[in-house]
Amino acid sequence: MKPRALILHATGTNRDHEAALAFERAGALPEIVPLHQLRVGAKQWRDYQMLVLPGGFAYADALGAGKLLALDLTIYFADAVNEFVGSGKPVIGICNGFQALVKAGILPSHQSSVISHPSSVISYQSSVISNQSPVSGLQSRATLTFNASGHFECRWITLKAESQKCIWTRGLTELIYCPVAHGEGNFQLADDAQLATLRADDQIALRYVLHDGGGANGAYPFNPNGSVDDIAGVCNPRGNVLGLMPHPEDHIFVYQHPRHTRGECGKLGLRLFQNGVQYASQM
Amino acid sequence: MMHHANIHCLIVSPRRADNARTRALVADAHALGIHALAQIEQHALYFVQGALSENDLQRLAAELLTDPVAELARWRTRDAQHGAQLIQVALRPGVTDPVAHEIVRAAHALGITNVEQAATGQQYVVRGKHNQPLSDHELHTLARRLLANDVIQHYALGEIEPTFPQADASAHASGIVETIPITELSDGELLQLSAERRAALDLNEMRAVQNYFRSAKQSVGREPTDVEFEMLAQTWSEHCVHKTFKAKISHQSSVNSHQSSVSSLQSPVSGGVVDGILKTFLRAATEKINAPWVRSAFVDNAGIIDFDDEFEISFKVETHNHPSAIEPFGGANTGVGGVIRDVLGVSAKPIAATDVLCFGPQDVDAEKLPEGVLHPRVIRSGVVAGVQDYGNKIGIPTVSGAIYYDEGYTANPLVFCGCVGIAPKNKHPRTPQANDHIIVLGGRTGRDGLRGATFSSMTMDAQTGEVAGASVQIGDPITEKGLIEVITRARDANLYHAITDCGAGGLSSAVGEMARETGAAVELKKVRLKYPGLAPWEIWLSEAQERMVLAVPLENITALQNLCETYEVELTDIGAFNDSGHVIVNYDGRAVLDLRNDFLHDGIPQRELKAVISNQLSVISNQLSVISNQLSVISNQLSVKQREARNENFNQRLLELLAHPNIASKADVIRIYDHEVQGGTVVKPLTGVMNDAPSDAVVLKPIGTRGTRGIVLSCGLNPEYGKHDAYRMALSVIDEAMRNAVAVGADPTRIALLDNFCWGDPKRPETLGALVEAARGCHDGARLFGAPFISGKDSLNNEYLGADGQRHAIPPTLLISAIGIIDDVNQAVTMDLKQGGNMIYRVGVWQRDDSFAPPLSQETPRVYRALHQAIRAGRVRACHDLSEGGLAVAAAEMCIGGRLGMAIEIATTEMLFGETNGCLLAEVAPNDCEAFEHHLEEIAHACQRLGVVTTNPRLEIRCDANRFISLAVEHLVTAWNSNLQSFDHAQDKSPVSDLL
Repeated sequence: MKPRALILHATGTNRDHEAALAFERAGALPEIVPLHQLRVGAKQWRDYQMLVLPGGFAYADALGAGKLLALDLTIYFADAVNEFVGSGKPVIGICNGFQALVKAGILPSHQSSVISHPSSVISYQSSVISNQSPVSGLQSRATLTFNASGHFECRWITLKAESQKCIWTRGLTELIYCPVAHGEGNFQLADDAQLATLRADDQIALRYVLHDGGGANGAYPFNPNGSVDDIAGVCNPRGNVLGLMPHPEDHIFVYQHPRHTRGECGKLGLRLFQNGVQYASQM
Repeated sequence: MMHHANIHCLIVSPRRADNARTRALVADAHALGIHALAQIEQHALYFVQGALSENDLQRLAAELLTDPVAELARWRTRDAQHGAQLIQVALRPGVTDPVAHEIVRAAHALGITNVEQAATGQQYVVRGKHNQPLSDHELHTLARRLLANDVIQHYALGEIEPTFPQADASAHASGIVETIPITELSDGELLQLSAERRAALDLNEMRAVQNYFRSAKQSVGREPTDVEFEMLAQTWSEHCVHKTFKAKISHQSSVNSHQSSVSSLQSPVSGGVVDGILKTFLRAATEKINAPWVRSAFVDNAGIIDFDDEFEISFKVETHNHPSAIEPFGGANTGVGGVIRDVLGVSAKPIAATDVLCFGPQDVDAEKLPEGVLHPRVIRSGVVAGVQDYGNKIGIPTVSGAIYYDEGYTANPLVFCGCVGIAPKNKHPRTPQANDHIIVLGGRTGRDGLRGATFSSMTMDAQTGEVAGASVQIGDPITEKGLIEVITRARDANLYHAITDCGAGGLSSAVGEMARETGAAVELKKVRLKYPGLAPWEIWLSEAQERMVLAVPLENITALQNLCETYEVELTDIGAFNDSGHVIVNYDGRAVLDLRNDFLHDGIPQRELKAVISNQLSVISNQLSVISNQLSVISNQLSVKQREARNENFNQRLLELLAHPNIASKADVIRIYDHEVQGGTVVKPLTGVMNDAPSDAVVLKPIGTRGTRGIVLSCGLNPEYGKHDAYRMALSVIDEAMRNAVAVGADPTRIALLDNFCWGDPKRPETLGALVEAARGCHDGARLFGAPFISGKDSLNNEYLGADGQRHAIPPTLLISAIGIIDDVNQAVTMDLKQGGNMIYRVGVWQRDDSFAPPLSQETPRVYRALHQAIRAGRVRACHDLSEGGLAVAAAEMCIGGRLGMAIEIATTEMLFGETNGCLLAEVAPNDCEAFEHHLEEIAHACQRLGVVTTNPRLEIRCDANRFISLAVEHLVTAWNSNLQSFDHAQDKSPVSDLL
């Protein structure tokens, strides 16, 4: 049976149709579901086997990309999201969806016990704050901040699937060629220890690479936003939740390739979705 | 400074203070003449008001307002920044602050319910060179020129007092209606009244208003209310009713104007009188062409043509010039939002945005600008950011456009915003029924854009920014995205009988237009307001963005309401249509407006204008001191024959042309627009092996359509020709749009056109004469190609009266936008060279005469049809049109695209850079040459083999066996990219002269 994919539509989501098309072509039954319908109970999370947070500008990215959608997920839908993530169902956040997953504390490592209220996700160093002291000391681990270039950028980049733990990227040997289109895609971690953990834990799902698959080593524009360690996507420790900045859903047809008029083809983004759909079908 | 104990200010700074954005600010400051600045930091300010505990403040900072990995934050205290120089910037009262609203909403969601109000601002920490502080004068200059736009923001050297969104509004909507005595006024007093209320009505029009209210037999016999007067002024504005394009124009020629290109197409101008430019030239062309695939031309909010058996596609291009001149971000932002609503107004889903931008030179000395004029660099960055913000956030790919620089646009930039939509056929209802409810969807109403329609119909002066301040606003793309979700679904469910957008003139224009054949009664008190205090006329006229008006039968309102709740869109029922033949507006049950439809829509007297037609526009231009040397580089090429034919000269010249702002790469702008969203961009704005060469046109395959069919979008623009010969400019830009579309594979028999005229003051006979000539050129060009106009717009009075007393006018500017069909997107052709050994052909009849603007060969349509057949047969590997900079530039761009070389020979040196119409270069594989030539052999001089593609990446152009141009492709690339202000080229900029 085809797995049902919940394509979450928040106010300002805009790549929902492409995501739905990609999942349809990958063999799923996608359904674009407005957040409001989940809020009022007209739709139920449990009726879906996959969760997709597509790209866009949820709530206009006010207060930082994905921030307010993250609050929705952690305040109104904490239990449902916990259950979805915790049960090992495939979850993917693309671009704005990735930003929301990171800012909600679900990626890179989600501890389901603390997500019920965001005030408990992050703890404070000092309990007494004078007017003089900077507000800091939060132990948030990762963020997606402004591109190193300082501006939004839309360009095609090459991705290499790395993680064999991540159910979306495992076994993908072919590179993926697809566009990025974001202003806040610069993946940064609080410290080097975090990076070591991600590496050791096989949570680095996708990296920006040179066209031939060689390491980008931070070189612009192959790494388009300055992300640490060329990280384009990360998964949670269990491997069922993937977040990525690029848009593989925008390269599912040959004619979308920028150089199809030169006869170039391949490196489709579709394989990533097929991987996830296949996993969901077997659950 | 924080006198109010309950106001708190959080300062959020990036952990990395020196970043690309602050470096760009320093570069901007230096370009604007503030050289003392060494370093600047940009911090966000968040103001919150409420009885908040330390814990509340800590939580707000940590959980809502700060990204702890990337940012630092501190609550502001009295002595925040020891020794640093600060400039703080905040929004003026009444300017929409959407982030502030989200702060309150999110704080409440977090359980911090004591947050009452919020506001945002920016703080700049400034450091001078050599640790010298900047003088107060320098700080003020920095703030005024770069950091704060006086129209929407205020600043302080030090700490600023925030304005909360509702702080200065009185408690209730005012309800105050004034009577405007008009029936007893003299002619002089009528004109004075028009000027005082900025109505932009002339004496005849004022008299018509006076007569209407005087006439007892029309059962009026009273004085108008301010609501009535304002509605008439805006309904009769140039912006809404296009008085000049409908005027009766008597004209005389000072010299012989061009005959039509084709005598059989001679424009119907007789007796020295044009009875309406629109009717005589533009609509006439469309009617004569009578294309069966045109579904709607000139009558709807957008032009509509067939796509396939299932869908129709719509296209509209608008201008937002005056608003962009005074507030570039908001002006361009709402320009994009406005044209998207036009497409929603034909019940279509928006699928692509276009933008064509004209600016002053970026290196103008800031000291020499007229008073009240923003620097072109500030205008450009604001406009581009405004387009980016709206298009990216609403999720519509910005795919096609152009940027053009000329001194004439210094004070008066042009911002053309276009939108393409798609809809199932026969699903756009157009007829309101009596008793249908008048439903407003979307944003709330404020003082935004008041008198925008009349404002855009006047010449700007140094006070315009001040007066229009309240009328400027920032768009809200997310609210408009909600409208797209609701309207496309409401259309599919047949929930409404008619729809239109609220544009200039707001509800008065939308309801007035919809009720034209019926009648309507509105209760203004039901309109939801952003803040209290608005007078009834302000509610009726407000141009608040992101609103649509629908005619909805009672039985469908619940279904529509449900849709609106799902997508978080506000719905307001403000009245009903009826068959009274009147528009009646009440405020709280009291009639404040009662106007008869026939007078409102047909009572405006036809204007009678005089035109002088001259080929010597430069005479006028000289008077206006706008003659531009911008393109002297290009124009000089015309005298190339007289030059010594030294290789270096031509090499140097080609590199200079490639680096010319009007020709060079626009990648830094193209890439900050999302041109991939919706997944349908098949031929992208940048193409070639390195994705960095300029496409002739874009091809779209709309998501959800079947088969292989696609849409082609292109444009043509050439103000340089407009300065010399408006008729030929029109022919040339139509041809440019056509050949760009044909180059990527569009069927030349299935292309529709849009016209956008941006002109100076039409009351000047020479200016109007050029307008008549351009419109005549549109008629002849459209007929020659069989390409009908489906929509158009004019923006007149693009002039600026500087504080120096001089008038600054723009060059006569005509934008032609083309929308075409390609049957199989897999057959699209791009301009990049594909393979060494392939042949290069010149296609088209190369023609020049002694005029500055080139002629257009009558054979051109046949050439394009033949070329199209060759493309369909798969014979063309690459194709690129000859435009600014002529053949040499076109060849260079093809080399850049393929990173391959070209070795070609041409007949004359004039052909090297000389600009012509109707010509392209085509790359053909050796095996296909015979078949390719066969397609074009019946047209004399339309096809010439020039040479070959070489794997050695070097452009070689010879003439008579003498080498003229020989340049490595990497040098072409460097010159072409030399203007980019983007991150990737910041490090390796080298002057063109170093490349030889």
